[in-house]
This record gives sequence, structure tokens and C-alpha cells, in this order.
Amino acid sequence: MAKIRGAIVVDIEGCKGCGVCIPACPQSVLDLAKEVNGKGYNYSYMKNPEACIGCANCAIVCPDGVISVYKVKVA
Amino acid sequence: MAEITIKDIIKEENLVYKKSKVLTNNTMSYCPGCGHGTAHRLIAEVIEEMDIQSQTVGVCPVGCSVLMYNFLDLDMQQAAHGRAPALATAIKRLMPEKFVFTYQGDGDLAAIGTAETIHACNRGENITIIFVNNGIYGMTGGQMAPTTLKGMPASTCPYGRDIEMMGNPLKMTELVAQLAGTYYVTRQSVHSPVNVRRAKKAIRQAFENQKLKRGVSFVEIVSNCNSGWKLPPVKANEWMVENMFPFYPLGDIKVEGQLVTK
Repeated sequence: MAKIRGAIVVDIEGCKGCGVCIPACPQSVLDLAKEVNGKGYNYSYMKNPEACIGCANCAIVCPDGVISVYKVKVA
Repeated sequence: MAEITIKDIIKEENLVYKKSKVLTNNTMSYCPGCGHGTAHRLIAEVIEEMDIQSQTVGVCPVGCSVLMYNFLDLDMQQAAHGRAPALATAIKRLMPEKFVFTYQGDGDLAAIGTAETIHACNRGENITIIFVNNGIYGMTGGQMAPTTLKGMPASTCPYGRDIEMMGNPLKMTELVAQLAGTYYVTRQSVHSPVNVRRAKKAIRQAFENQKLKRGVSFVEIVSNCNSGWKLPPVKANEWMVENMFPFYPLGDIKVEGQLVTK
């Protein structure tokens, strides 16, 4: 089992669905949702949340700064 | 061992990254995937880390980033097209204790503002210049800029830039590195996590250099323009890596007033 677990929160209305975060993720956690936000963009979401390690790579490449990252050490 | 849920992870004490407080809550007006947003975020993060929000004055250019003052919670001034280094010179000379930076695109810095840029750099004004180069005039509809690559299509050269007729692409960063007034000159990009981290370090260095009063710190950010290039955002980044980086190689060009020899 992974020692570190992470999670992200996407500001859905701020996301423009560019998808730059998807190749930035080393764990292939992210994908664009089938649903759209108020502006009609397919927003980013955690498709595979168990694999997230909270590295924040997605957040630092996000041009709109809509991703917040949380990380916790699992004993 | 009890299974940990997403709700247990998303708690205030586990937060490792969130949007900088120097950025306002306005949604940026850039196209999805545009490097301007990332560059703005890096400037905001550096200013927050250095705790100089109340001592910083920014100068916005004309171009896509003309509305920058809506996105950064800083004192900002709007310059006439290309004249940002001249205005920054004035601000810095009147208020030498302030941190002054200009944020300019390639049409602004390398075409209309070439004279101001070169002379501000040659005088060695103690300012930071952030130069975002996407090889095109993005705001006005993707026209050819001085930085457009050889053979690269743009709306005013749909068959690609013809060197015989339209001249050579301009390497502004190498040009200003030759001038005695520049102290730190570097070229970075913001398309991948590692490059974002390097670019942030470079911007931090460029702001720290203002304390030393040794001259201009010039940071070029090679960026994408997916609307102008007519590519989806991720493909535009790939195109940039394949085509822009061979001509605009990343890395430091001048450090502490000395040209870097490779």
C-alpha cells in the first residue's frame, strides 16, 4: 500500500478543460469529465483517486490555478 | 489499518498547494491552456513568497496580457504599446525602493518596443523584464511576429515565414545578453512541471536581483498560443517542444553579469 495518499480539489467553474494537467500527472489520475461546467468546458477530475500521491504537478502546470492539492501520510 | 477516504485527505491541515493570494478571484481571460496564466501564477507565487506585495509595481503591456491588472492584486500601470521598459524606468527612478517588473509579449517587446527594450537594457535599469514569447501576435488574430520561426504559418504568412521576403526570426534574449547593462538573462518555459519549477526559480532570481542594483534581469518564457497556432492545448505544447526549443534553446544565457559559455 502506498505510504502517501493525495487528493485534489478542482474549482469546476474555473476549469477551462485544457487538459494540460493530464500528461503532467505521473500516476495517470486525471481525466476530463464527460459532464460540462457552466461555460461548457469538460472539467478535469480524479478518474483514479486511489493512485494520487499529492505531488502537485497538476496544480503547478494549471494555467488557471484551479487545482488545490492535499497530501497525507498513511502510517 | 482503517481505509482512508478522500474526505479524510481533503482537510485544511493537509493542504500542500493552492492558488496564490496575490492572484485575484477573476477568471483569467486567456484561452484554455495558454501559458500566460501559468506565468501570471508564477509571478504571484514569487511575490507572495518574498512578501513584497505592497512594494511591487507591475507594468502591463499591450496584447493578450493587457488585462493583467485584473488578475494580479498589485499596483499596476498600463504602458503604451512597447513602452513598458520606458515606463518601468520612470517608476524605478522615482521610487527606487519598489520592485518594478514589466510583463511583455513578443509583439510588444520585440517589434514595437525594440528601441525601449534595448535602451533600457543598455542603460542597466534596475528592473525585471518578463518576456513571453509565443512566436505570434496572439491577441489580434495570429499575425506574423518578429519571433515567428522560419516556415511557421501565421495568418499573414499562411504558407509559412519566407526568410527571403520576411527576414529572419529575432532572438531578442541573446541580443540583450550582449549588452553591458543586463545582469541576469535566461530563457525558460512553462509547459511541464519541471520547466514550471525552473521558471519559478528564474523569476525569483530576477526579483531578488533588484535588491543588488546591478542592472536588468530579463526572463524569457517560451510559451504556446494554441488559438493562434490552431492546435489543441496539449498538442500545442508538443509542437512547441519540437519546433520552438531547437531555435529558442532553454537555459541561462547570462548569470551575474557574465555570459554562460556552453
